[in-house]
Formats: sequence, C-alpha cells, structure tokens
Amino acid sequence: MSWVLENLDTIGELTLVHLALSLPAVVIAFLVSIPLAWVANRIRVLREPLLTGTGLLYAVPSLPLFILLPAVVGTSVRDPLNVVIALSIFGLALMVRSAAEALDAVTDDVRTSATAIGFSGVGRFFTVELPLAGPALLAGVRVVCVSSISLVSVSAVLGVNSLGSLFTDGFARDIIGSILAGIVMTVVLALICDLLLVLAGRLLMPWNKNAAAVRPRLRKRRTQEAAA
Amino acid sequence: MNNIVEAVRWLLTADAWSGAGGLWERSMEHLGYTLIALGISAALALPLGLLIGHTGKGRGVSVVATGAARALPTLGLLTLVALFTGIGLTAPMVALVILAAPSVLAGAYAGVESVNPATVDAARAQGMSGWQVLTRVEIPLGLPLILSGLRLAALQIIATATLAAYVGAGGLGRPLFLGLRTYDYPLMLGTSIVVILLAILVDAVFGTGQRLIRRIPGLAGPQRAPRGERRGRRRAVAAGG
Repeated sequence: MSWVLENLDTIGELTLVHLALSLPAVVIAFLVSIPLAWVANRIRVLREPLLTGTGLLYAVPSLPLFILLPAVVGTSVRDPLNVVIALSIFGLALMVRSAAEALDAVTDDVRTSATAIGFSGVGRFFTVELPLAGPALLAGVRVVCVSSISLVSVSAVLGVNSLGSLFTDGFARDIIGSILAGIVMTVVLALICDLLLVLAGRLLMPWNKNAAAVRPRLRKRRTQEAAA
Repeated sequence: MNNIVEAVRWLLTADAWSGAGGLWERSMEHLGYTLIALGISAALALPLGLLIGHTGKGRGVSVVATGAARALPTLGLLTLVALFTGIGLTAPMVALVILAAPSVLAGAYAGVESVNPATVDAARAQGMSGWQVLTRVEIPLGLPLILSGLRLAALQIIATATLAAYVGAGGLGRPLFLGLRTYDYPLMLGTSIVVILLAILVDAVFGTGQRLIRRIPGLAGPQRAPRGERRGRRRAVAAGG
C-alpha cells in the first residue's frame, strides 16, 4: 500500500485524464442519440435500420476500434481523440435504442393534448416530449456513463494515458498496489458519476420523485387485470 | 486510408492465414477462448439466474451486483490475476468469466420474470411442481431473453479476448499486439478487421438462433406480457448487462 501513498499525485492526475476521456464521450453520445432517436420514431421506415445499425456498432470490439479509427479519421494510434471518438460510438450504440424507446413511450394522448393547447412541433418536443421521456433517458445515460468509464482503461495498452496506465505499469513492474489503485479508482469514479447523474435527474425532474412509488402499484393493477 | 488498403491487401494473401501463428489458427484460438469462457459463465450464472427468476429472491442483490460488475475494468482484473497466476490462460479466463457472467445472469432472471404470471399460475393450478414449472414453462417461454443474455456475454468475451495476449496467451490479440509493438500497421489493422468480423459473425449466429426459436410453435409466440412490461424487461436485460 505504500506505493499508493507515494504516488497519490500520479493517481489523481490519471483520474482527471480518465474523466477527460470518458465524460465528453458520454455527452456526445447523449446529444447525438436524441436527434437520431427522433428521426427513428418520426420516419418509421428508418426505425429498424437505424436502431439495428447503431446496435450493431456495439458488436465492434473496443481495442480493434481504437486501432481502426486512426486509419479512418487520420489521427495517430496514441491520440486521445481516438479514444473519445470510439467511446462516443459505443455510447451511441447503447443510447440510440433506449432514447428511441423513451421518446416513443410518450403516449399519443399527451402529444395530441399538447398540440391542442397550441404547441408547435418543435416547442412540443422540447417542453413536453423530452421532459416526459427524461427518466427513461436518464436510465440510458447512466448505463453509458458507467460502461464508458470502465472501457477507457483498455486504451492504456496502446499507450494512451488514463487510469488504465496503472494496470499496464503495474503489470510491467510487478506492483499490485498500482493495479488495485486503478481498479478501485475506476469503480469509485463510475459510482460517483452515476450518483451525480441520479442527483441531476432529481433536480431537473422533480416530478419523477414519486415514480418509484407509482410503478409497483401500476404493475399490481396490471397483474390483477391480467388475472381477471 | 492507405493503411486500410494495405491491411486488406495483406488479409487477402494466403500467407496471412496459413501456418502456425497464422490468422486462421489465431481465430480458432480466439473462438476457443470465447467458447470456454462462455461455457464457464453459463455454468455458473445460468442456474443462479434461473433460481433468482423462479423464486424472486436475491433479485435486488443481483441487480446491484451486475451494475457494479459493469464498472469493473477488465484490463485491471486481467493484469491483477496475471500477477498471481503468471502468464498463460488462467488470468484471461478469470477476467472473461467475471466480465460475462453478469450478462448471463441478468438475461436468465429477466427471461424467467418475463413469463406472464397468469401462465405460471395456470401451470401450478394444473398440478405442476416447482421444478416442472421452471423447466416446462418458465425456461422455454423465457428463452428469447435468456439467449440475449448469452449473446451479449459472447460479444463482450470476443471483444475482450484480444487482451488475453497482453498477459501472454494466444488468440487474435497476438498479431494485434505484435503489430502494435513493431509499428506494423497493416498487421495491426488487418487483425483488427478480423476481430470485428468475427464479433459480427457470432452476433449474427445468435441473432439467427433467436429468430429460429421464435418460429417454434408454442415458444414465445402466444406468450406476450403487456406492452409496457415487456419494454421494462428488455431494459432490465440491457441495464443488467
């Protein structure tokens, strides 16, 4: 453990670098998935190709993608930018389907009512549909955030610095403390970001506070209906 | 772009594929690792997942555990175990199983839970024992979701098995890391393309399997949970994996 105490600076620095690689990817995945999901729901012919297509991206293994991207984008293999782009692609693969389903779950009644009160298409989307889909969108973002933070470290084998460097260095120099510190910091980082997302969700969507209490009741009623 | 052209050209030569350490042998190794790791994960996680789904006990714990497992960096696990076991196949296998088991587990319990409660009650009313309900009703009807858990696990393993070579094992990671160390871009890129194709191929095999199962009469066909509920389950699998 003395290794950890002596290298707190390095660990702290790598944590920040790690965040700088993963958080932009989460934001990009979220921002790009919304319009894609909107298109998927609006133009029905495109729905399946779009959702399966982005889903298929998830089948692409991370390390090969880190290597393939530079050849396509024109960066070098050790460029942090590749990592951000690759992680955004993975985030997108996870996020587009859940965003499309979240937006699709807003019922037609709600949409029609909003139109009836005088909302235009765009206004209705941002003030009615997006907030209502919020909780489901949040669930998707949480998954993307945790898996991005965990995935970043793979890029360390290419020589891109992150908490993953603690694994490659620790392995090369036989320091268990380094590897353990990397694992603990990655998990803690993921948990903290997840918690912040939950808190942000509470602040932005105060109406969702009782959702957890409402849902079981709904399910019970549904089961009773099914039984009857 | 030039590098890609060169990589593809290299892939099209017979030399790249033949002999010891050729891409063909490495691909087979890679698939072998995947099968072993998937087999171990399934042997550990399937019974547990089915039990959780059947009894409804331990669900909360497993949801939290699968979520936490997602945050575990595989490279960290791999290098940590490798420091204890030395180079070879043990460390990659441990890491791959820890990586894949949560997806299998989540698929299994979500699959069993997706079965309409009314159907389960009906089976019980006909006098089926708990074991019979599980094997004749819940597993067959939950099969699509159980399979999607296995499919996700297989994909995760194929993707991560490239790292096995980092601690001295074989697989497609071997030529990949060799290319990385010697700045041989065509080798590195070509191998990457093979890994990607392999992943897509395995995914397609699982996809076809799932589609075929849906065609078997009585399996997952007439059984449909209410719309909202189904959607929730699918999300549960995704979130659990």
